[in-house]
Amino acid sequence: MFGSIDPALLISALMVASVPILLAAIGELVVERAGVLNLGVEGMMIMGAICGFITAVESGSPALGFIGGAAGGAILSLLFALLTQVMQANQVASGLALTLFGLGLSSLLGQGYVGIKPPLTGSVPFGPLADIPFFGKVLFSHDPFVYLSVAIVAAVWAFLKFTRGGLILRAVGESHDAAHALGYKVQRIRLLAILFGGAMAGLGGAYLSLVRVPQWVDGITAGAGWIALAIVVFASWRPWRALLGAWLFGGITQLQLNLQAAQVPIPVEYLSMSPYLITILVLVVMSSGRGRASLNAPACLGQNFHAAR
Amino acid sequence: MKRRQLLATAALGLSMAFGGAALAQDKTKACFVYVGPIGDGGWTFQHHQGALDVQKTFGDKVEIAWQENVPEGADAERVLTQMALGGCDIIFTTSFGYMDATNAVAKKFPNVKFEHATGFKREAPNVSTYNARFYEGRAVQGHIAGKMTKSNKIGYIGSFPIPEVVMGINSYYLHAKKVNPEVELSVVWAFTWFDPAKEADAAKALIDQGVDVIASHTDSTAPLAEAAKTGGKVIGFGQASDMADYKPSPRVSSIIDNWGPYYVKRVGALLDGTYAQADAWEGIAGGEVLIGEITDAIPADVKAEAEALRDSIGAGTYHPFTGPINKQDGSPWLAEGATAPDGDLLGMNFYVEGISGEIPK
Repeated sequence: MFGSIDPALLISALMVASVPILLAAIGELVVERAGVLNLGVEGMMIMGAICGFITAVESGSPALGFIGGAAGGAILSLLFALLTQVMQANQVASGLALTLFGLGLSSLLGQGYVGIKPPLTGSVPFGPLADIPFFGKVLFSHDPFVYLSVAIVAAVWAFLKFTRGGLILRAVGESHDAAHALGYKVQRIRLLAILFGGAMAGLGGAYLSLVRVPQWVDGITAGAGWIALAIVVFASWRPWRALLGAWLFGGITQLQLNLQAAQVPIPVEYLSMSPYLITILVLVVMSSGRGRASLNAPACLGQNFHAAR
Repeated sequence: MKRRQLLATAALGLSMAFGGAALAQDKTKACFVYVGPIGDGGWTFQHHQGALDVQKTFGDKVEIAWQENVPEGADAERVLTQMALGGCDIIFTTSFGYMDATNAVAKKFPNVKFEHATGFKREAPNVSTYNARFYEGRAVQGHIAGKMTKSNKIGYIGSFPIPEVVMGINSYYLHAKKVNPEVELSVVWAFTWFDPAKEADAAKALIDQGVDVIASHTDSTAPLAEAAKTGGKVIGFGQASDMADYKPSPRVSSIIDNWGPYYVKRVGALLDGTYAQADAWEGIAGGEVLIGEITDAIPADVKAEAEALRDSIGAGTYHPFTGPINKQDGSPWLAEGATAPDGDLLGMNFYVEGISGEIPK
């Protein structure tokens, strides 16, 4: 049925294609676990893409570029933190504004950087390991960020599950009043979570402009930030499921293109819409109320907190 | 009150526009509407080069103006109206999606000339259309692809399933097949003109399938960047613009849209009063389609053959669609020695025999 598609190549391609949405999603997952809904992922990603690109081109170092991308995303998220945590603005509106602002600002910053090639990021040299049939191609032929993104998922999972810090973060997201009563600084913790989310989104954006494409064009993220938001819900706020979700979304895009290239007669439209159909399905199942999953959404998600209230 | 003010402003604008056209006999204003940023390095960039040519040729006699990133749809109509009110004498709308907006606005401003790129609707006497015979360039690319492929698999990244693109695919395949009967063509539809991440993914999917020559009908350099990652195993072509950054390989040649001669001709005709409604479709002969330098990554004999093919198309001695050619289902399209009439090409919605897969509806 799948013609001449090599599963090893397909899996390795989907791992690469899903890195940007995975990074953005894991960042947003932490933010939402702290009870903040930041819809500005798309804006932070694209800011990361252009800041990373500029840094890499000007310094000639891809590594510095990624740091610049993370910084760009984090700085933009600081604006969101200022609006929602200090000025108590509505989170949904602020997040949407952040996306629009980020798209415009990135286009302005990128004016002089169209058509330039960034310095290239190499693969991790695994030597003979890369020659193992199947597993060599799937596991040992990628650039460092494929591994880093999986490592970050593991780290976030461990942090949320096993550490005191993770427990505090979750407490803030579940009941900010109780956390406040216990003496935790709710706004400071949320600020840190928002910064982490911004940095991760920025890193995902920088991966797009430095590795995946690699060049700068206006609107390079093309909706990847919204997919990241969908993945967080799809994952019901669990890190490993976010990895699964990102691979599913990335995988279906790859599969769709590969099926076309292999000339398998399946209409493109159905495959293109399938990730979104799955997300809608998950949302319906979750919001039906009975499932365990519906209980997993942080109870204070999207609510502002002020100590004086 | 407000409404009256608005009407008064519009009326003033109108009188200024028409008055301006009458007064400004010595300074003609040529305006351009772009679908993307000038910095896209492809389609819009080339249109802007044409606009600059107009300025260079006529100097003080012509003033040019342009607007970038104009979405296809309601916004286009607003921008066009603004331009017409702002004293433009001739307006070039440079994307297929402006077709209806161009015709609608043209009816309201009969004294302004409208030129719509790649469209076919001329509903008012002041609307002309123009296009380029890109399929002539695809023939040259197909020849190179057929000669250069080692895996006998060549690829084509399609944008949208419209005649313009189908024409390119058919021409590319026919000429690859002519020099290499074993060749197989894979077409991937990206359903976008410009989305670098998706274009890169499409190129990667083709490369993973063993394709080693990729032509693209999308506007960015992403497919070439993806081909560059293979370290010389995969080659490709510049599209719309020369994309010289990827010379000598993976970019081994290119199709360059050269709108300058046409823009200069039309604005010149407007200046000396010989302007008339037209439906222009020039190719290599008219200088609208240029074949970018064929690099040394191609063996000298293949390069010479490709250049000879280019020259014979340019001289009019060879038509890229010369029979016998059958349609994909085996039914005859062109008889021995017959060449494709323009009407067939402009409405082309079928693959030629030998291409597998279906054109999405």
